[in-house]
Amino acid sequence: MAEEMRIVLRNYGKINPLKIDEYINQGGYKSLEKARSMEQKALIEEIKKSNLRGRGGAGFNCGQKWSFAYQAMSEQKYVICNADEGEPGTYKDRLIMENDPHTLLEGMAICGYAIGANKGYIYLRGEYPHLMDVLNTAIQQAGEKELLKDFAIEVRSGAGAYVCGEETALIESLEGKRGEPRFKPPYPPLEGLWNQPTIVNNVETFANVAVILEKGAEWYASIGAPAYPGTKVFTLTGDVNNKTFFEVPTNTTIRELIFKLGGGIAGGKKFKAVQIGGTSGAFIPEELLDTPVAFDAMSAVGATLGSGAVFVLDESRDLVDVVTRIAGFFEHESCGKCAPCREGTARVCEMMNKVNAGQGSAGDVSLLERLGRVMSYSCLCGLGQAAPAPVLTTIKHFKADYNAKLM
Amino acid sequence: MEYQDIIANYGDTPGGIIQAFHAVQKKFSYLPEDAIVEAAKVFKIPVADAYGVATFYSMFSIKARGQNVIRICESAPCHIHGAAEVVAALERELGVPMGESTGDGLFALEFTECVGQCQATPVITINGKPYFDVTPAKIPAILAGYR
Ligand SMILES: Cc1cc2nc3c(=O)[nH]c(=O)nc-3n(C[C@H](O)[C@H](O)[C@H](O)COP(=O)(O)O)c2cc1C
Ligand code: SF4
Ligand code: FES
Repeated sequence: MAEEMRIVLRNYGKINPLKIDEYINQGGYKSLEKARSMEQKALIEEIKKSNLRGRGGAGFNCGQKWSFAYQAMSEQKYVICNADEGEPGTYKDRLIMENDPHTLLEGMAICGYAIGANKGYIYLRGEYPHLMDVLNTAIQQAGEKELLKDFAIEVRSGAGAYVCGEETALIESLEGKRGEPRFKPPYPPLEGLWNQPTIVNNVETFANVAVILEKGAEWYASIGAPAYPGTKVFTLTGDVNNKTFFEVPTNTTIRELIFKLGGGIAGGKKFKAVQIGGTSGAFIPEELLDTPVAFDAMSAVGATLGSGAVFVLDESRDLVDVVTRIAGFFEHESCGKCAPCREGTARVCEMMNKVNAGQGSAGDVSLLERLGRVMSYSCLCGLGQAAPAPVLTTIKHFKADYNAKLM
Repeated sequence: MEYQDIIANYGDTPGGIIQAFHAVQKKFSYLPEDAIVEAAKVFKIPVADAYGVATFYSMFSIKARGQNVIRICESAPCHIHGAAEVVAALERELGVPMGESTGDGLFALEFTECVGQCQATPVITINGKPYFDVTPAKIPAILAGYR
């Protein structure tokens, strides 16, 4: 265990991403050809059987999602790749797109065939302008070789809004509007872009698709944790020796990730906490480090797998200060559509600043807890629902850090 | 090219107003009022909606700003690795506080959240180009490239 296993990054460093022939020499675009020789239903069944689940955070079964859009009756359907990657501490989708853009295009085209869509969009975060050229080069080369057939892919740039990673906000943004989440249902597979059936999947999810068809659903389903099989790419930041990325099977534990692959805590210091899944993730104490990184195992301990960001803090770090900064993030990124989040993130930020400045009371901390709980079930979208998690989990696991700052 | 021509290039792109705004900013560094009004006309939406879009996204500015936009990541991984010192050094070097532009119109200073280069914290970007493991000592040399 604690070995790297490269599936989505299988071509990392092996091919020139700007040369389609190198991708083809590795077996690229064979899976698309195979997909097109299958019945749509059988193809979706194969993806379902692999038990591939979304890598964008929600962990929804990919094949099942595709089947909803396949069944939806419409002349026009869309495939969207969510390349918004806004979760602080995360850069895995960038790695995939920088090093192997065709694996993404191939996955999207397979999805297009499966659900009956002839148009795909890549919603690329505005912070990755260099990838616009990489992706457009790949699209052009695939077009020249007529590999994508009637499936057209267009890259659109976001403009710096974290909430646009939420799939319905992303769709609004693609339509040229403010990126405010929609009320759900209807869900995008039934009514998405321009109200047509739409599949939104993460970059890493799409990057798994071609390999699954090549090696078979059973092969894939047998890797890692059975309920969330395959690998996951993690990006390690903070006080860890190896501040880099790793792709590992999903039954790897947090401890292995930080102490084996990550090389442990930098500067010979002791571990204090780790936040997994990005800035909306839970802070996890030492006692829970033997949890496997798989989706459900993480949920079981009140944490999230999220985007796969792993933010490590050593014993010298001021947790309350870090959480205060995070509260500032959410206040800034709340889109303002619903009151519990618009007001809630502002109040959490205000109270965290007060506590961090040494002017808070025990009453403030219990108020933070209560407000956080209310937000977690009353906010419209995942942003507001998850925003209190860093506050709530640090109050739960690191109460002493708060007490030390109270008046 | 004037903003009218830039926006007209995107007129046939459904939902293309955001792409049009990016293109306008590439030339002017911000979204002039006239360009927002023009975009509303081209995309056949109320001016209020075009403003709504222009003000929603953090990369767009409706205020004139310096030609080279410096953004400093303040997300948690950069925060704990000294983003605040980088901010102080930039403010000192340029003589303006965060959120402002230099008098010569050369630089604008802004905060940003994570730019996805967290393998090398702290990170700043200038016109979208990232600089890695930035320290106060590295600032003068980085800025020299834009003067
Ligand atoms: C606030 C917020 C931000 C999100 N950001 C992203 C993101 O940057 N990338 C992503 O793929 N999914 C993001 N998601 C999840 C998407 O809404 C959606 O579940 C995902 O794109 C579905 O793809 P998947 O099934 O392949 O994971 C975000 C969700 C929320 C609530
Ligand atoms: S929860 Fe926050 S981000 Fe989501 S819709 Fe409400 S205000 Fe907007
Ligand atoms: S946290 Fe600063 S670049 Fe990601």
